[in-house]
Amino acid sequence: MTLKSMTQTRHRRSVLCAVILALVLPILSVGGPARAAGPVTLNGAGATFPYPLYSRWFAEYNRLHPDIRINYQSIGSGGGIAQVQKGTVDFGASDAPLSDDQLKAMGRPIVLIPTVAGSIAMTYNIPGIGTGLRLAPENIADIYMGQITRWNDPRLRADNTTTSLPDLAITVVHRAEGSGTTFHFTSFLSLVSTAWADKVGRGTAVEWPVGIGGKGNEGVAGAVKQTPGALGYVELAYVAQNHLTYAVVKNRDGRWVAPSLSATTAAAAGGAAQIAKTNDVRVSIAYAAGPTTYPIAGFTYLLIPQEQTDDVKGKVIVEFLWWAVHDGQKDAAPLLYAPLPPVLVTIDERLIKGITYQGKALLTER
Amino acid sequence: MLRPSTAGKGGSTALLPPTSGIARSRRALADAAFRSLLTGFGLSVIVLVAGMAAQLTQAAMPAIRHFGAAFLWTSRWDPVHNIFGALPFAYGTVASSLLALLLAVPVSLGVAIYLAEIAPAGVSTVLSFVIELLAAIPSVILGLWGIFVLAPWLRASVEVRLGAVLGWFPLFSGPTYGIGLLAGGVILAIMVVPIISSVSREVLKAVPVSQREAMYALGATRWEVIRRAVLPYGRTGIIGAIILGLGRALGETMAVTMVIGNRPQISPSLFQPAYTIAAALANEFTEATTDLYVSALIEMAVVLFIITLLTNAIARWLIWRVARTAPGVSR
Repeated sequence: MTLKSMTQTRHRRSVLCAVILALVLPILSVGGPARAAGPVTLNGAGATFPYPLYSRWFAEYNRLHPDIRINYQSIGSGGGIAQVQKGTVDFGASDAPLSDDQLKAMGRPIVLIPTVAGSIAMTYNIPGIGTGLRLAPENIADIYMGQITRWNDPRLRADNTTTSLPDLAITVVHRAEGSGTTFHFTSFLSLVSTAWADKVGRGTAVEWPVGIGGKGNEGVAGAVKQTPGALGYVELAYVAQNHLTYAVVKNRDGRWVAPSLSATTAAAAGGAAQIAKTNDVRVSIAYAAGPTTYPIAGFTYLLIPQEQTDDVKGKVIVEFLWWAVHDGQKDAAPLLYAPLPPVLVTIDERLIKGITYQGKALLTER
Repeated sequence: MLRPSTAGKGGSTALLPPTSGIARSRRALADAAFRSLLTGFGLSVIVLVAGMAAQLTQAAMPAIRHFGAAFLWTSRWDPVHNIFGALPFAYGTVASSLLALLLAVPVSLGVAIYLAEIAPAGVSTVLSFVIELLAAIPSVILGLWGIFVLAPWLRASVEVRLGAVLGWFPLFSGPTYGIGLLAGGVILAIMVVPIISSVSREVLKAVPVSQREAMYALGATRWEVIRRAVLPYGRTGIIGAIILGLGRALGETMAVTMVIGNRPQISPSLFQPAYTIAAALANEFTEATTDLYVSALIEMAVVLFIITLLTNAIARWLIWRVARTAPGVSR
């Protein structure tokens, strides 16, 4: 609460003293008059999930614009949100969209910009059974609720008639630490199971009804690999790089879909349709409609203060964002992130154009 | 210990060259400066600890006010609904560390006695080097080894057999995952053996030869000498070594979190997953998004701080108790 009021006071003061800031900030940050094209450094902090892509972006952008440096610390979404709130960074990054309360606590309008989508694969270790086990969403929820406890449960067998599932206990594995992956996975479970939504809910860390916690993707994958009967969830990229088994999951349209980049982009497109309707980017793209969508997916976001306090930095940020949602998208696929569908790029364009300095849009010439 | 500096002005000055009064006062000034400098260093430790405690408590205040003392004995940890209780974490911390000591102390003492009393000089040097090497392994590597080697081995070879024979006993009941409290205890034991054994070895080496010779003169065997003359003499030092190991075990994060299963629950079975405070802090801090959540994590850090203080206090008391009985006298 004190933080909030502090931020508000600071914000108010910064508005009142805009003239002073305009004089002082350029000297501090660029070391020259406001309009001069000197070296600019942006600082960001937040989510770890998109870090490989973001570090590629920042390096690439620095190559294209040698006088612009963007530093990013992958300290986790929670840290990123806190730093944006305190105003110690120029932008933040979070895997989970901010709730209404969190946005209110920011003390100033924050724009959430979805940058890429990621999806989560179910990996398992059933001796003698390879990739392609069929898992229905409600069964995944029941397994994680501790209601389905054995692999030869009739409900699992019903979807896998050609496979003989063994009489083996299911060992549920989840992420031990707070993570965006967990947020997207529990969002999915909350959508497909009212029992899950009521009792557990969604979050970067939740109170797991059953299971053991592995540290990081490697911890979950390791525990699954080493424990016969284990089921866990890991990022798609991790499954692909480590050749883990993965399940085929039924989507909202009733089709069985394997996790892939194209199926994730399809899910993002499904979410984009909803964003167009509600005008809110904080939709879940988990369990989205569409014949080819993979149901366990989510966006990762950049958090940008809508009203920039520095003309030069603000311009650099919007230019960079524009580049990221257009040219930057081609870097996504090689790193196993799903590029944004065209509808969403259009939505992002509008959001970026809404970022202002002293009430005036910073990006107008496009 | 501070006495010699004042003694220097008196009787023993005869050994020093004669000095003028000015030189002497300059020396006294340097002495005083040196003394206050060292006092400052000493005090800085206290300031540091007090500052840490104050800062932690202050940051934990929202959680302390919200949950009250119930934080200490409730077991739910639900970040989604902002309900936090630290008991399973405190239990896991203490249980895994005690288990580690239970496994590590006999081995470490055996190693220390072997190195100090029995091993030929060459073997002792090589073995000491290897033990120090063990202490230098980064804990994340031990943790990975724990996931890929130790846990599967525990599940397939140890836990299954223990469960088959002693399954009726709560300590060895339930399904076997490999990953769990037992794996956490074993990993911690591996990490504290080098500490306890190398400190104990030094302690045993410091036992005066006359102690041993006196026993041998009475016709004692080597075993009797070690048991009745060497170990009792080194008791306080060995307890100190064990406490040093315990401190390491209580605070260890990375290796433990990779194998303990990270489930905040209190189960009587060693095979079930558990969670430690240090591991929970490391895991959940980065993504803790609400103020109360962060505050609850910090309050857990306070709990860990208190557990550590308590164990150290108990250790001090133990050493004091042991030291009161004259060394070399066995029961």
